[in-house]
Amino acid sequence: MNKKLADCVKNIYIALIFLFLYAPIATLMVLSFNKSKTRAKWGGFTFKWYAELFENEIILEALGNTLLIATLSALIATMIGTVACVAMNGMKKRSRAILLGITNIPMLNAEIVTGISLMLLFISMGLRFGLGTILLSHITFNIPYVILSIMPRMKQLNPSTYEAALDLGASHVTAFFKVVFPDLLPGILSGFLMAFTMSLDDFIITHFTKGAGVDTLSTKIYTEVKKGIKPEMYALSTLIFVTVLFLLLLVNMTPSRKKQS
Amino acid sequence: MEKELIQLIDISKSFDGQMVLDELNLNIHENEFVTLLGPSGCGKTTTLRILGGFANPDKGCIIFDSQDITHLPPNKRQLNTVFQKYALFTHMTIAENIAFGLKIKKKSKSYIDDKIRYALKLVNLEGYENRMPNSLSGGQQQRIAIARAIVNEPKVLLLDEPLGALDLKLRQEMQYELIRMKNELGITFVYVTHDQEEALTMSDTIVVMNQGYIQQIGTPESIYNEPENAFVADFIGDSNIISATMIEDKLVSILGTRFPCVDTGFGTNKPVDVVIRPEDVILVEPAEGTIQGVVTHLIFKGVHYEMEVEACGFEWLVHSTTLFPVGKKVGIKVDPFNIQIMNKPESEDEEAVAIDI
Amino acid sequence: MTSEKSKWLSTPYVAWSIMFILIPLCMIFYYGLTDKSGAFTLENVAAIASAEHAKALWLSLLLSLISTLVCFLLAYPLAMILANLQVNQHSFIILIFILPMWMNFLLRTLAWQTLLEKNGVINSVLSFLHLPNINIINTPCAIVLGMVYNFLPFMVLPLYNALSKIDENVINASRDLGAGSIYTFFRITLPLSVPGIISGITMVFVPALTTFVISTILGGSKILLIGNVIEQEFTQASNWHLGSGLSIVLMIFIILNMITSAVFDKEGTGLI
Repeated sequence: MNKKLADCVKNIYIALIFLFLYAPIATLMVLSFNKSKTRAKWGGFTFKWYAELFENEIILEALGNTLLIATLSALIATMIGTVACVAMNGMKKRSRAILLGITNIPMLNAEIVTGISLMLLFISMGLRFGLGTILLSHITFNIPYVILSIMPRMKQLNPSTYEAALDLGASHVTAFFKVVFPDLLPGILSGFLMAFTMSLDDFIITHFTKGAGVDTLSTKIYTEVKKGIKPEMYALSTLIFVTVLFLLLLVNMTPSRKKQS
Repeated sequence: MEKELIQLIDISKSFDGQMVLDELNLNIHENEFVTLLGPSGCGKTTTLRILGGFANPDKGCIIFDSQDITHLPPNKRQLNTVFQKYALFTHMTIAENIAFGLKIKKKSKSYIDDKIRYALKLVNLEGYENRMPNSLSGGQQQRIAIARAIVNEPKVLLLDEPLGALDLKLRQEMQYELIRMKNELGITFVYVTHDQEEALTMSDTIVVMNQGYIQQIGTPESIYNEPENAFVADFIGDSNIISATMIEDKLVSILGTRFPCVDTGFGTNKPVDVVIRPEDVILVEPAEGTIQGVVTHLIFKGVHYEMEVEACGFEWLVHSTTLFPVGKKVGIKVDPFNIQIMNKPESEDEEAVAIDI
Repeated sequence: MTSEKSKWLSTPYVAWSIMFILIPLCMIFYYGLTDKSGAFTLENVAAIASAEHAKALWLSLLLSLISTLVCFLLAYPLAMILANLQVNQHSFIILIFILPMWMNFLLRTLAWQTLLEKNGVINSVLSFLHLPNINIINTPCAIVLGMVYNFLPFMVLPLYNALSKIDENVINASRDLGAGSIYTFFRITLPLSVPGIISGITMVFVPALTTFVISTILGGSKILLIGNVIEQEFTQASNWHLGSGLSIVLMIFIILNMITSAVFDKEGTGLI
């Protein structure tokens, strides 16, 4: 009986934490259907903001920028990160430790410091602030996430499989792509997803490295915070969230189906 | 036999609707070395966890020293466990690990220090007090795990496949160590393993388990020489298990040939299983054998040759120190007392239930 | 693989990290330690001692320490419960905590405004239950709440990782040797999870200390944290030298934090 009570307390605790984590998300979803333009009042149910969203060119452009930067930065970071991991695996212990230490800097450092430092760099290089500078910064903070999700897989890798492939007559390149790469793939994929997510959610670094007139969703929202957020923004983020949720559920279902067959 | 220390009565346990133990009954005596032996998933570890208090039985009770301890938490039980993979506290030194239980019992510092020294001596690791567990080899960690358990002077030591992670040579060494320690300490050992050799070497009593049922309880000799069913015969050592017919008392028809045997009470013309150990199959010149066959395989095993002999449609496994080359015609002879007769199970389920005691 | 090859393969990343990680950091030091004419000065760093800046730094330290503590106290029991679920749902649990990130973090923080406002959702619920209302919007309390909300996953995940790594039998062994659950917790579970605790603290403390967004959204415009001060120097006052100088001070805390984590968390029980 005591155990039942303890289980009950545990479940309530988990429920409360999830309420805490997801309450704001639910709030935003509800607001996206709110007829009234202010957040404070419920004015009735409407799909209006969803319709208007697709006519709001400013928001759509920001969305386009966000997706473009997230995709490109995640892709490039994944490529650089994967190559770096392979390279680090063959390195001497000392140089690898130094490189990994440098890799950790953007993760452990404050985003504001990273943002400022990149801003100062771009200014002194005389670069024009815009999508290009945002992209460079996003790649920079994305690479560590890629490396950190590939590295554990790299360590688990059995070096004999690579040697076995060579022994069986494969060239170094073939051996890498046929034997090593498939083993790393889950790490590479999760690194890419992680990078994409981080890029999508980033505000602070973008804030310091974007130019005037160029906006991602985050920076757009930040400028709107003071003036009042357009409800279309709620509609958009609800759409994004639901899409991602749906995709993740789909992905999570697939492996279990595989196991059964 | 010394007095009964632990009684497991009608213990049942299931996980996720799957029966792991079904009304298990087992008595363990004082100062006995009991081994629970069986393949993985047979319920032996669950039995040990129930004894230790880490799992609650769905049904049944555990009597310890004529006291019901079924619902007692592990920290209130007078037994200690040596866990699979040691489960040492990696953030504490060896001395702190060993002192753990004693500090809880609020023993004096000098008592604890004495005990640590005594325990380390017992496990042959004197001078290791201030080392950290991770700096020790697997075998050494295992000894520390044993030391940590025995300083608490438990009446029973539970050991869950303690030698499973060690290599062969070390394992054999530790088997002798364990027997020595048990004799020195004079306490009861309940030992779980899937290694039949380990069980035969160390135990006073072996409990063979399969699919949640006890298949046979007995001394190593009786388990090996008189297996009660095909499972036990097959699990312990190599054996020839052959379908046969019991013609009458002391006469069995194996593969159509009559063999004299020593078992009685199986009825007449009753189908049975017979077990003949490979070392009990005697190969002779064809004319001298009860049946005749041809050697089909031959492997040198060091102590003996292992041969397979095709005779009367059955592949006989034979261990012999005399070599018979492949293709040679041979005769097979078996001494009557080496033919072990077992009841044939009607179905697989009954195979398990029939010998449940 | 020959070291020749790995040298060649590592070139792009080494070049990238020098260009976009190391040089930018040097730029902060350059700007922070010079004045507008380019002459060396410690003035920008010393500016932290001015009443306004010192107050902002002090408040930032206080609020971030409180949030870190609250995060820890909330996350530890949660991580323990999750680790004890014993289902092989490692990735699913991580997913649940990453999922909110797909809703923009500014919007999520903004949603707390709606929830916390005088006539907001929480107060409506409280009124309905005849409980006293809470008025914490635009106070340091709201900022702490925002910090806890945003950074809680960074505490939960390392703790969860560390706790689920503890062999169940180690806990059993402690119980077996006579320890009660409380003794076992303080002598075994807690010490064995120290790497996770340290890494969780690191991951919450730095972003909390340096945030300027949460204070802007939930603290009204009156409460200035050190992050707000630095941000304003760069975007409004355009005094990069002062901003960099203050960042150097901030980095001292960050580096201290990094060193602590490097000393304790050797195995790397980080977020991933």
